Amino acid sequence: MLETLESLFRQVMPRVDFCSLRFVNERQEQVRVRQNIPQPVQRATDVGAMITVMHGGGLGYGATSELNASGLRWAAEQALHWAERTAGRAVFDFRKISPPLIHDEYAGPEEIPWDTVPLEDKFDLLNAESKRLKTDDRIVDWDAALWHVEKETLYLTSAGGRIFQRFSYMIPFLRATANQKAITQTRTLGGRGYCRQGGMELIDNVGFRTAAPQIAADAVALLSAPNCPTGKMDLVIAPDQAILQVHESIGHPLELDRILGDERNYAGTSFVKPEMFGTYRYGSDLLNITYDPTRPEQFSSFAYDDDGLKAEKQYLIEKGILRRGLGGLSSQLRSGIPGVANSRASSWNRPPIDRMANLNLEPGDKSFDEIISAIRSGIYMKTNSSWSIDDSRNKFQFGCEWAQLIEDGKLTTVVRNPNYRGISATFWRSLKMVGNDSTFEVLGTPNCGKGEPNQIMRVGHATPVCAFEGVDVFGGE
Amino acid sequence: MQQYFSDLADYVMRNVRGDEVVLVTFDAEQSDFVRFSRSTVRQAGSVSQRYLWLDLIRGQRHASSYTALAGDAATDRKRADALIGELRERLPHVPEDPYLLYSTEVRSTERSGDNRLPDRDAALDAIMQAGDGRDLVGIYAQGGIFSGFANSLGQRNWFSSYSFNFDWSFYHRDDKAVKTSYAGFSWDSAQFARKVQTAAEQLSILARPAKTVQPGQYRVYLAPAALSEFVGLLGWGGFSIKAHRTKSTPLLRMIEANALLSPMVTIRENTRDGIAPNFESAGFIKPDAVVLIENGRSRETLVSPRSAREYGVQPNGASGGESPDSLDMDGGDVPHDDILKRLDTGMFINQLWYLNFSDRPACRITGMTRFASFWVENGRIEAPLAVMRFDETSYRVLGDNLLCLTRERDFMPDPHTYEARSTSSARMPGAIVDKFMFTL
Repeated sequence: MLETLESLFRQVMPRVDFCSLRFVNERQEQVRVRQNIPQPVQRATDVGAMITVMHGGGLGYGATSELNASGLRWAAEQALHWAERTAGRAVFDFRKISPPLIHDEYAGPEEIPWDTVPLEDKFDLLNAESKRLKTDDRIVDWDAALWHVEKETLYLTSAGGRIFQRFSYMIPFLRATANQKAITQTRTLGGRGYCRQGGMELIDNVGFRTAAPQIAADAVALLSAPNCPTGKMDLVIAPDQAILQVHESIGHPLELDRILGDERNYAGTSFVKPEMFGTYRYGSDLLNITYDPTRPEQFSSFAYDDDGLKAEKQYLIEKGILRRGLGGLSSQLRSGIPGVANSRASSWNRPPIDRMANLNLEPGDKSFDEIISAIRSGIYMKTNSSWSIDDSRNKFQFGCEWAQLIEDGKLTTVVRNPNYRGISATFWRSLKMVGNDSTFEVLGTPNCGKGEPNQIMRVGHATPVCAFEGVDVFGGE
Repeated sequence: MQQYFSDLADYVMRNVRGDEVVLVTFDAEQSDFVRFSRSTVRQAGSVSQRYLWLDLIRGQRHASSYTALAGDAATDRKRADALIGELRERLPHVPEDPYLLYSTEVRSTERSGDNRLPDRDAALDAIMQAGDGRDLVGIYAQGGIFSGFANSLGQRNWFSSYSFNFDWSFYHRDDKAVKTSYAGFSWDSAQFARKVQTAAEQLSILARPAKTVQPGQYRVYLAPAALSEFVGLLGWGGFSIKAHRTKSTPLLRMIEANALLSPMVTIRENTRDGIAPNFESAGFIKPDAVVLIENGRSRETLVSPRSAREYGVQPNGASGGESPDSLDMDGGDVPHDDILKRLDTGMFINQLWYLNFSDRPACRITGMTRFASFWVENGRIEAPLAVMRFDETSYRVLGDNLLCLTRERDFMPDPHTYEARSTSSARMPGAIVDKFMFTL
């Protein structure tokens, strides 16, 4: 298949300044047990290719699932048509780009391949966890699920470049929903945050076989918990909330295409301006944010982005100071701002744009107990359940599934419907303690939306527990 | 495309064995996308995609799979053969499905759109001209959208539509912009020019110094696009029978505590007047309309085939997510031209953004104002507003604090293009709401 594609690409490739083919073959399977009843297996295969042409300063693409000479010729014709039509009218003279010339291959980790475990065994596992979630009559709905994705990409360029990459993604999920009259509360295994690269070995690595009883107990306990109090207090967030905070209030505002204005009609702009790089105090001295492709198990580790740029670890924010943006080759050239290898496409039918990949908050030096014991009056929140932020990525409001008050250095009363709000940089400047390696978790999200046409992206985040000073906290109705 | 699907479906059905039942769903599109930023082209391209979903059923066991198609008959017949073979192999290993339900009543339908799309290069030229001297950003999408269903019982359903959707903003600076859309089936230069002119006029108001209001309660006008965002979020479990039965609906207080919305509120899934296919992947046909809220009271729910079997009720053509595709809210009695006078003093909000539940069981929703929103005093637009965060329950916004609805309604095709171009839509009035709570 791949050799045929390479040969066909050389045949249909027009004589232009630059041409590339990006092939994607993605197979997915979702296995789920709901209320102890196996659900239909969802299996999908998506395969296709995009041909991109840069010529005369313009850029165009054609994408097709018809992977023969006729289909690829059509795609090349479309790409050339759009490159010619946009030359002189494009955001940038694409002749200024020198695409990397790379020959390489990369494979992400997978110790126990998904397909080596029979379907019956997967259902057995999920049935067992499903039964462990139904611990109380008040639990009215519950699920145990595994979602596996296997992806291969091939990137060819008219200059002779060739990059082949292979990935295996796993997204485990557990949920219990409890109800009593007009109160309903849900607890999950970190939302869908426990997503990583790997195979069935991840089941044990993320605690999938041990989490269900606590998830169920939490959901039931929340039914009788008081509403979260309102007030300004210290806030401690677990990694399965901190990743969302990093994602929304650091990741998105640092995307160079937002700063350049490309996303203003849909995903939004950014409060970050080009002149802020190098000097702007984004957070306290404790804030260190990295673009980190070096943890193979993390959800968005790869060797090269979808424009062929090599992925290397970079500090975006160092000791609270903004250093670097999240932008691929063309955004770096357009803006003059240093970036990273994050030009990524959701699949073969969407063009690469600036996306987060692995965006991590580096660990500090405090244990969880040290953080809690240092707080006189505060709240500890776990697992994101609600997220909203303005289009400049300033005014945010987030909610969590679970919270406990912190009183005189101890975790005390469980409260429900915990929410907090703030302004991005003000909030990060109030970061007063960062957890050490023992609190650090490698997580991510499978569903980050952005772009026109719209794209869903897999993103990795790893963070420790974090503590903030004087945050506006409140509960439900 | 219809003939291609029909031939492929016939081929699949010829290979059905014994007591097998096969369901086939087909989705395809041929689209041009041109993305604009600062009145120049960011990315332009064309996409041709075709997908086939097969569900092989024997008794209460079934196995399904979804695959991309190439578009040439020989290759796709091989893919369909491989898929059926794989499903036959898998079938003995999957447990019986107690909630399997598919339509056994053969109801074939066809809704074929005419291709009256503009020349794509001419559309590009017209947009570039509209952006000349301005800061235009957005996306132009056009092309054919195709859906089909077939089963081995003889049912055939077909849907095709050729549409365009130009979703764009004119920017003044920073986050100050006027957002507009122009969508349809054939390009009308005069209509497009009017939309450009109206947006340009609103843009001039954004040049005035912005007014920043303090958190608190304000009287607001939610334009149809803003109200559509608010009511649209209710579609996330609000009208789903599964969400109702599992007590996870945001309208929980309506079913558990007799909470009501305003008698002015009637919401329906209006398939007849929408632009989405009227069939779903188990072969059920959607009724013309499903009344979800009537005069403030919860009425029917959206019922997928699986939920129908699980809860022992009749399906009504909803897909698995049980969310509306063609959301429709009744208008009121206030002419649009009287809105500023009726608002008197308060906020004129054109768009809301990034809504989410801050207390789901209480149906409390948070979100932001976005794009051109204005401060109005004594019935006159005074200044653009700095963006504000709201946090309010539906029971106040669509209940006690709902003052009136506009007589006119806007029809808004969904511009979203996640994986494929959407065929969803909303038809909404505007609303004046009292004591709308802003928090940040």
